[in-house]
Amino acid sequence: MTEFLQHLVNGLSVGTIYALIALGYTMVYGVLKLINFAHGDVYMVGAFSGLYLARGLGVDQSPSLFKALLVFFGSIVVCAALGVIIERFAYRPLRHQPRLTALITAIGVSFLLEYGFQLPPVTQGSVPFPPGPTPRFFPEPFPRVDYAPFGVHVSNYDMVSLAVAVGLMFLLQFIVYRTKFGTAMRAVSFDSSVAGLMGINVNRVISWTFALGSGLAAAAALLVAGSRPTINPLMGLMPGIKAFVAAVFGGIGNVPGAMVGGLVLGLAEEYVAGYALSSYRDGIAFAMLILVLLLRPAGLFGRVRAEKV
Amino acid sequence: MKSLRALAMATLALAVVGCQQKKQEASSSGAPAASQAAAPVGDTILFGHVGSMSGNEATFGDSTDKGIKLAVDEQNKKGGIKGKQIVVKTLDDQGKPEEAAVAATRLVTQDHANILLGEVASSRSLAMAPIADSNQVPMISPTSTNPKVTKDGDKTRPYVFRVCFIDPFQGTVMAKFARENLKITDVAILRDVGNDYSVGLADFFAKKFLDLGGKIVSDQSYKAGDQDFKAQLTAIKGKNPQAIYVPGYYTDVALIARQARELGMKQPLMGGDGWDSSKLYEIAQGALDGSYFSNHYTPEDPSPVIQQFVTKYKAAYGAVPDALATLGYDAANVAIDAMQRAKDLSGPSIRDAIEQTKGYKGVSGVITLDSDHNAVKSAVVLGIQKNAAKYAATVNP
Repeated sequence: MTEFLQHLVNGLSVGTIYALIALGYTMVYGVLKLINFAHGDVYMVGAFSGLYLARGLGVDQSPSLFKALLVFFGSIVVCAALGVIIERFAYRPLRHQPRLTALITAIGVSFLLEYGFQLPPVTQGSVPFPPGPTPRFFPEPFPRVDYAPFGVHVSNYDMVSLAVAVGLMFLLQFIVYRTKFGTAMRAVSFDSSVAGLMGINVNRVISWTFALGSGLAAAAALLVAGSRPTINPLMGLMPGIKAFVAAVFGGIGNVPGAMVGGLVLGLAEEYVAGYALSSYRDGIAFAMLILVLLLRPAGLFGRVRAEKV
Repeated sequence: MKSLRALAMATLALAVVGCQQKKQEASSSGAPAASQAAAPVGDTILFGHVGSMSGNEATFGDSTDKGIKLAVDEQNKKGGIKGKQIVVKTLDDQGKPEEAAVAATRLVTQDHANILLGEVASSRSLAMAPIADSNQVPMISPTSTNPKVTKDGDKTRPYVFRVCFIDPFQGTVMAKFARENLKITDVAILRDVGNDYSVGLADFFAKKFLDLGGKIVSDQSYKAGDQDFKAQLTAIKGKNPQAIYVPGYYTDVALIARQARELGMKQPLMGGDGWDSSKLYEIAQGALDGSYFSNHYTPEDPSPVIQQFVTKYKAAYGAVPDALATLGYDAANVAIDAMQRAKDLSGPSIRDAIEQTKGYKGVSGVITLDSDHNAVKSAVVLGIQKNAAKYAATVNP
């Protein structure tokens, strides 16, 4: 029983990360019908901007709550800006081209970030920029405290992660359904040209959507880096793909679907690795993707929209 | 407009070329200056080193490179080989087997290296071995311990050698140590499935451990680069083993150790020479205390050969040499020794000379190459206390 509960805790902590990244995929898909494959790498940039900020502030010598918050929100801002820049220069010029063009561009942006970060350094310092392919050690933003109720080990990191992730998800839900911007976002998602005719600034809505999604990816990256302290330029690859699976599983374009998809994927992986064969851990994500596409192509929460002729 | 675009393309192309050049400079910097000066082929002897100067195992390549360059500098000061100075050219493979193959091909065909040194990791040496064979350029791996490295099916690869022991022995060392010194019966294994070295070592360990009357209670796997190992560790915890054998590389091992402690697991971890890096302790931060790993040598050994080497290395680089540096030094010296004995500097003559290496007194032990081109040497077991490795035992073959 203890083992089962421990797996539950572990699975939730991985699942919230997938969910946070999946939200970025799903929001961008919702408004643009674009699968932003560079999203996993924005997550990676989030971890590195956190590292630069932490080193700059001297978190490893004297950690404090104020610095931790500064690092957290600093990287969210950096990534939000990166998301807006990517959209402005890579996707906007292609908005009226066939969707495949934008998709391939997204893969290109992903490679640009992954391999750009592996180039030889141009600046010096304790961590040069670009950081190169060597993994870097991420300093602990605050001291770790372990609790073991009923023999299930939970740390304050797990709790903070879960709380922050759930908090961010509710915030997002609030933004999408209760604010003017959210209404605009849903309008653009429904039909961008009509939304434009109604006086909505479509470009601005799309920019903000990218900012929001990329910020969430940065938050996910910092939650991961705080407790699993090595980061490298290819770290976004696997979580990015898995979060994409989670988004499709929940019904891409659907915000609660992405959350549920992320959590289900995290738990499924955990239980398969824990009780069956650990080498199938990564396989389970793709098995789920195939099953969902076969049985319910629109995803768990997705609605099939009838094509209007 | 068209010309503007052409200009942009040209600038981009130049930038790319510039970056590549910089990469080469970067990969060969930070070493004694004497071995750097590039000279035309013919007047000098070229040692081509393929190493992971960056990537997940960056300290492996870096240490090996320092060891090689120390050996080469010493020989150059003595007048080189047959009156010729030695030049080392190091190419970075970023820890990727495919890059190691590219680098080896480039060193052999473009730079006409007289010998290839490298790689540390078995999966990357396996990628280089066929290239050495087909181009008739000898290759000496300093620390690849997987038996397949010098093998092509059943027969021995003529041009591939190593100066370290192999995993059937290394696995035995830890199995014996666990059964006889630690008196452990129940062990769990956590191996890196994508890594020839890790899979091989885990198998050899398991075989010997079972022979000695032990029990493998759980056999789990992970993939290099994973960030989360808690699923496997929780499963292992449920089986309550007395120790966990993790024959991986240092970055993953350190994360595994941390997460095991976070789950409240107090068992010692055990591993192989892939643990040997200063980064292990930086990431683990004490999580590995009480654990053991097998290695090629220990800098604590009071023998004068080792202490002299440690002093020289410290003077050159300001750090205590790890096993990778020591074996890099030994590999380069075996190559130098063979070249001095060889009748000329063609690939086949050097190969014959390396094959006849007998009783060479290296720092890591006396090196005699057997019919499979492996060195037969003793291994040491190191224990980790207060986040540093301490000598625990020596195991002879």
